[in-house]
Amino acid sequence: MVVCHLIRKQTYFDSVTLMLIGSQVKKLDGIENAVVGMCTDYNIDSLKRLNMYQPEFDGLTPNDLIICIMGKDKATAENGIAEVEKRLKSRKQASGASAELPPATQEEAARRLPEANVVLISVPGEYAAREAMQALNNGRHVMLFSDNVSIEEELELKTLGVSKELLVMGPDCGTAIINGTPLAFANAVRSGDIGLVAASGTGLQEVTSTIHRLGCGISQAIGVGGRDLSEKIGGRMTIMATRALAADPATRVIVMISKPPAEKVLTPLFAEFKNIGKPVVVYFIGADPKMIEAQGFVAARNLEDAALQACRLSNKKQYNPEMTDSEIKKLADKVKLPAASLRGLYSGGTLCDEAQRLLQPAIGEIFSNTPVKGCKEMPDVYKSSGHCIIDLGDDNFTRGKAHPMIDPDYRAERVVQEFADPNVGVICFDVVLGYGSHPDMAGEMVGAIERGRKKSGRNPVLAACICGTEEDPQGWQQQKARLAEAGVSVFPTNVAMVKFVQHCLERK
Amino acid sequence: MSKLVNFFGQKVKVINLGIPSFAEDLRKQGVEVMHTEWRPPAGGNKKIQALLAKVEAWQSKVKAGKGAR
Repeated sequence: MVVCHLIRKQTYFDSVTLMLIGSQVKKLDGIENAVVGMCTDYNIDSLKRLNMYQPEFDGLTPNDLIICIMGKDKATAENGIAEVEKRLKSRKQASGASAELPPATQEEAARRLPEANVVLISVPGEYAAREAMQALNNGRHVMLFSDNVSIEEELELKTLGVSKELLVMGPDCGTAIINGTPLAFANAVRSGDIGLVAASGTGLQEVTSTIHRLGCGISQAIGVGGRDLSEKIGGRMTIMATRALAADPATRVIVMISKPPAEKVLTPLFAEFKNIGKPVVVYFIGADPKMIEAQGFVAARNLEDAALQACRLSNKKQYNPEMTDSEIKKLADKVKLPAASLRGLYSGGTLCDEAQRLLQPAIGEIFSNTPVKGCKEMPDVYKSSGHCIIDLGDDNFTRGKAHPMIDPDYRAERVVQEFADPNVGVICFDVVLGYGSHPDMAGEMVGAIERGRKKSGRNPVLAACICGTEEDPQGWQQQKARLAEAGVSVFPTNVAMVKFVQHCLERK
Repeated sequence: MSKLVNFFGQKVKVINLGIPSFAEDLRKQGVEVMHTEWRPPAGGNKKIQALLAKVEAWQSKVKAGKGAR
């Protein structure tokens, strides 16, 4: 094996672009490994771990780009570098659509678009708080997609945000729909009178998409970041967003989705909800619904139920799930599992969590890399055994790689791996559509399924849920057709898919 | 909450710092967006960055003080 490298000093690209290109080039013939990244401590560690570090990398800064390829020979490795350069050039051309050179700083961008009212921040975590602070000081709302922002920084930002009545959505906030505009990973949904506040990205996507498919619409969907209801942050953004939705004439029903809040936050939060004067649907993932109902609020049992309850309150009529239990059971009765084990391969963390909670009481022992109460930690996250429900968007799988909603490669590889296991009877997965997501995840999964079948000669039962809408860039029906042609049973929600899986496992 | 509620009626206009595809998606929807070719400040030099942060904190204190007068 030969390692070739190229350094581009003072050439900056965001990590998602670089990780995607690195992953694409790694698939080329004769290429063993590819590290394409800025010269950060993390990338230097990776290069050392892979025995690809070169003395020329000493003294470089995070503003210098490294392309380092390990290939079967020099020509292959050099060809890999040329491929990376070609792809970077076309990325640059795509993003620099206007003739004018793009601004280099937030300050300059604000001079060119002074009426900007939202700053969307996805820079590395160590720089994110500084940019967010600048945005707030200049009177702009913040969506903080970046993770690795400390809780102290989050507290400082949210305290300032509340004092100025400015939203601080995040950190680690992947989804928001503000004034009808989907930001980052969000779906194309109709406008309506249901306002949501959520500390869960895919949870928010699942509920807003289901509301849309049921025929209702969204006024605002405000992501607050997973730590907002912690004791330290005290629900600052949740409370401010809820108050605003309470005062918003366009919002008639409010939905709250989060993990259960810290004990000390729960009482002031419930007191807040009581003052709203509008119906509130609460889904505290994993919490006892009776605790919510005792306070006089509508408790949702799962994400699908949160959407159904919100629509019912919005239109004062009963809404039924898109697929009834008997339709799901009928489908399950038609299939026969070739073996007993389940493998759930999720890109959405909350969907993975929901599947575990719904299935564990019915099917018993479940392993996960993100186990909920009653489930067990996987001894090795890269090797499944027994029933496994895996969140492939968790840190274990995304270090140095893009999220599986953008980069399907590892999940595709895992599908092939699970096919080969003679104990696997059913594989289920989510396909999350919308802005930000992969343009054809269904197609990628079908490719992996075909490879899995061919390599293993096996045919486990396959089930998928598609989180999204027909209006999403990928098109719900088109993605469904692609999966159905490949023999995958397709469901509109995670809950429906999980019910199908449960029926299949119970009658094996 | 009147300030935030008023914002709910407005068109969203975005400054995008980081992942370029977020700006491209917004542009495709007809949203006015200014994408920034962001890079770590001070050429990635951590010492200069720390100094810059101190200056910025001081500037925002001065600004807040002026606003109060």
